[in-house]
Amino acid sequence: MEDDVIIGLEIHCQLNKLNSKLFCGCSTKHHGSEPNTHTCPVCLGLPGALPVINKKAVEYAIMVGLALNCGIAEHTQFYRKNYYYPDLPRGFQITQYDYPIAENGMMTVDVDSIERPVRIKRVHMEEDPGRLVHQGSIETSKYVLVDYNRSGMPLIEVVTEPDLRSPKEARRFINKLRNILEYLDVFDGSLEGALRVDANVSLKGGARVEIKNISSYKGVERALLFEISRQRNMKRRGVTVTQETRHYDDERNCTITLRSKEQAEEYRYFPEADLVPLSVKDWENKLKARLPELPEAKRDRFRSQYGISDNHAKVLTAEIRLANYYECVAGKCDPVMAATWVADYLKGELNYRDRDVRDAFEPEKMIFIIDQLKKAIITDKGAVEVIRVLLDEGGEPASIIKSRNLAKVESDITRKAVTEVISENASAVQDLRSGKPQAMNFLVGMVMKKTRGRADPEEVNLLLRELLECTL
Amino acid sequence: MSGQYEESIAKVFDRIKKSKINAYITLNEHEAMETARAVDKGEVTGRLAGMPVAIKDCITTKGIQTTCGSKILTGYVPPFDAEVTARVKKEGAVIIGKTNMDEFAMGSSTENSYYGVTRNPWDLNRVAGGSSGGSGASVAGLECRISLGTDTGGSVRCPASYCGVVGIKPTYGLVSRYGVVEYANSLEQVGPIARSVSDAALMLDVIAGHDPKDSTSVGEADKVTYTDHLNEGVKGLTIGVPEEYFGEGLNPSVEKAVWDGIMTLNKLGADYKKVSLPHTKYALSAYYIIAMCEASSNLARFDGLRYGLRTGKDENWHSTFSRIRAEGFGQEVKRRVMLGTYALSEGYYGKYYLKALKVRTLIKRDFEKAFKDVDVLAAPTMPTPAFKIGEKTEEPLSMYMADVNTLPINLAGVPSISVPCGFAGRLPIGLQLIGDLFAEPLLIRTAYTFEANTNFQKLPEGF
Repeated sequence: MEDDVIIGLEIHCQLNKLNSKLFCGCSTKHHGSEPNTHTCPVCLGLPGALPVINKKAVEYAIMVGLALNCGIAEHTQFYRKNYYYPDLPRGFQITQYDYPIAENGMMTVDVDSIERPVRIKRVHMEEDPGRLVHQGSIETSKYVLVDYNRSGMPLIEVVTEPDLRSPKEARRFINKLRNILEYLDVFDGSLEGALRVDANVSLKGGARVEIKNISSYKGVERALLFEISRQRNMKRRGVTVTQETRHYDDERNCTITLRSKEQAEEYRYFPEADLVPLSVKDWENKLKARLPELPEAKRDRFRSQYGISDNHAKVLTAEIRLANYYECVAGKCDPVMAATWVADYLKGELNYRDRDVRDAFEPEKMIFIIDQLKKAIITDKGAVEVIRVLLDEGGEPASIIKSRNLAKVESDITRKAVTEVISENASAVQDLRSGKPQAMNFLVGMVMKKTRGRADPEEVNLLLRELLECTL
Repeated sequence: MSGQYEESIAKVFDRIKKSKINAYITLNEHEAMETARAVDKGEVTGRLAGMPVAIKDCITTKGIQTTCGSKILTGYVPPFDAEVTARVKKEGAVIIGKTNMDEFAMGSSTENSYYGVTRNPWDLNRVAGGSSGGSGASVAGLECRISLGTDTGGSVRCPASYCGVVGIKPTYGLVSRYGVVEYANSLEQVGPIARSVSDAALMLDVIAGHDPKDSTSVGEADKVTYTDHLNEGVKGLTIGVPEEYFGEGLNPSVEKAVWDGIMTLNKLGADYKKVSLPHTKYALSAYYIIAMCEASSNLARFDGLRYGLRTGKDENWHSTFSRIRAEGFGQEVKRRVMLGTYALSEGYYGKYYLKALKVRTLIKRDFEKAFKDVDVLAAPTMPTPAFKIGEKTEEPLSMYMADVNTLPINLAGVPSISVPCGFAGRLPIGLQLIGDLFAEPLLIRTAYTFEANTNFQKLPEGF
């Protein structure tokens, strides 16, 4: 947290779990399709075509509002935001202005174990425009192609108050928002263009700079880091930061001027008369009842139901897919062990590989591994090995244990190894006897090495004490 | 050997080709003849089977050029039918063609069309009215039997009045606007124009009804058959005569014809009394602000990118679309787009648009209040008979003033019908009957009773 940094976010999320667009029946499942194949007179803005609101999209937006602790409007209305751009087929975007669907919410953000509230100003609905496709780069392209498949995709825009204090907090906020949307099953953050962020950033007392269209999760943090240091440098040199809109260049990792305040856009908002105002009061109560369990509630339940640690509960519920995975596993084996193996080991191995839980192996395999551990057939080290092999090569845990000789060795083999280690390491034995407990770790390590990790370290420890009649 | 419908439709096309009226922008001859033949064979049936019907060129017709009277849409062939077009086709109508209109429905004379002015069949030197001038003239000139127009501030009733035919502006939401190219979407409705009240009612039966593709569409019409109400008479009705509609600029012949009409209804059993709609004087300004604001936004989509005019060489997008709009739009359209853009811009929105909306509410209340006391309001449709071509083209304001008696109806969303009630010299005069929301059955029975007991349903000389 940096005391003088002020960040506010506007986050556009595609409600891409809907089957049809915001104002027409066109399919939203256009990813990977030929350009302009998911279009109709309405989303192409052909003369005479009229928008009709997708009720399901309104329901989703209300659910988002509720999940972010917002008040839901009694009446909601759409407005036209007028501007010219080739990807905007009507010359105006249908969005919300006065009377957004939800307002005045709150979400906490958690950085370095400090939980801070971030106020949500509003949540509103709008349509996505089409997409410009340049041949080559923007600078060199001789022409531009327009793909209207995205035109009319339902978006919600979440606008925060300027309550964030660091780029890291901003990133955490966005991650948490994404998780909540995925809990609500209204959003799939892995699709291209699913989430786009505009960030407002200023240093206390300075002018506010808006960075537009940051389209990656990591980009948000990087853009803000760049912009803050740019503003700090200006301040240091005594140059005044002017209010302006900047573009974030992902490739070069810098922000560049788009327009200054004097050129501020004039959107001429006014009510969209083709869509009558909606009264959504009754919907709110119905949807409240249908709201799924959200991350914080799930975390509390995991703690009490499975008796797992606060930290484990937090990690496991941060992502709906991980939480579901854990519940699958925890239902069929020791839940505390399951928490360790899913939250620490599996998640760790996935992070290392830059993959997510969707790429993991089936929960049944994890249940099997934990079962083998519990029965003391494999050691922790062996279990980690199985997980790695499963992630990298796939296969069945049982055969991996067998083919890689991961099953724990018999006690007499361990005993034999311990005896050998004792005779081969007289000085370490001497150290131990003379009261240097670190020597024990060395000896256990040697035994583990001799048994290629298949001995149970705890058993080795006991055997060493027994044979050396050590009272440490 | 050709059948009865094929023959009569062929005659219609013959007449159109010899006509000096210029009622049509695009003819649909091939398809029309095919439909007529299919009707003869009994393959096509319906309430409008074999009837020659014309459609205003701002209503989309799948496969037929739809220009809105504008150069910018030259060659644009929509891939879909408007809901009203689909309904008319479903009832077996023969679509003759697309009628001429003021560009994007902006005007009261059909002089603002890129495709030339439409002349009044009663006097070729005079305008047919606007903006549905082609729809009015085609009916009066026997170039179709029933036509569809759109009425944003009087655009169905004005040509009906000037051309001596019947025109209905339905309650807002009664008829689907899906496929109607938007000019001022909170004001406009599709309405029928016909030579008789019964034909107009028949067409209303066909086009009215709920359409899920239009959010502002209501279900009221699904409960009513308008043609069932023709013969219910006017006994016991109270007709209100709004004094504000008989103001300055009213032609004496028009005033007399309208009062004679009210007296006729009185003789047939209706009571009448004077009423006041006090906010009428603000209607004109409020109407034009709202209409222009909406127009500035509605017309933004015409950038030549996906359809319509493409001229000159392509430069970057901003220059290309600016040039296409400069070339494609006529003067009146540019004037309204610019005024609307100005009125909506930051700092002026509250001063103009919001204030106009407040006036709109007051006007609605005027009507609500009046309809507590009376069943129908009667007034002149247009303050004068059809004016000469070119007479008002240099004075937009005087053109706007012509709509003073029709546009409050659109602001309030209530229905209104114009029915012939007399002549000034050889020029027809229209009586406007205004009803409360969804009072179309009441208006239709009043107009039908009037029509049945008068003799103004005539053809122009030489027709």
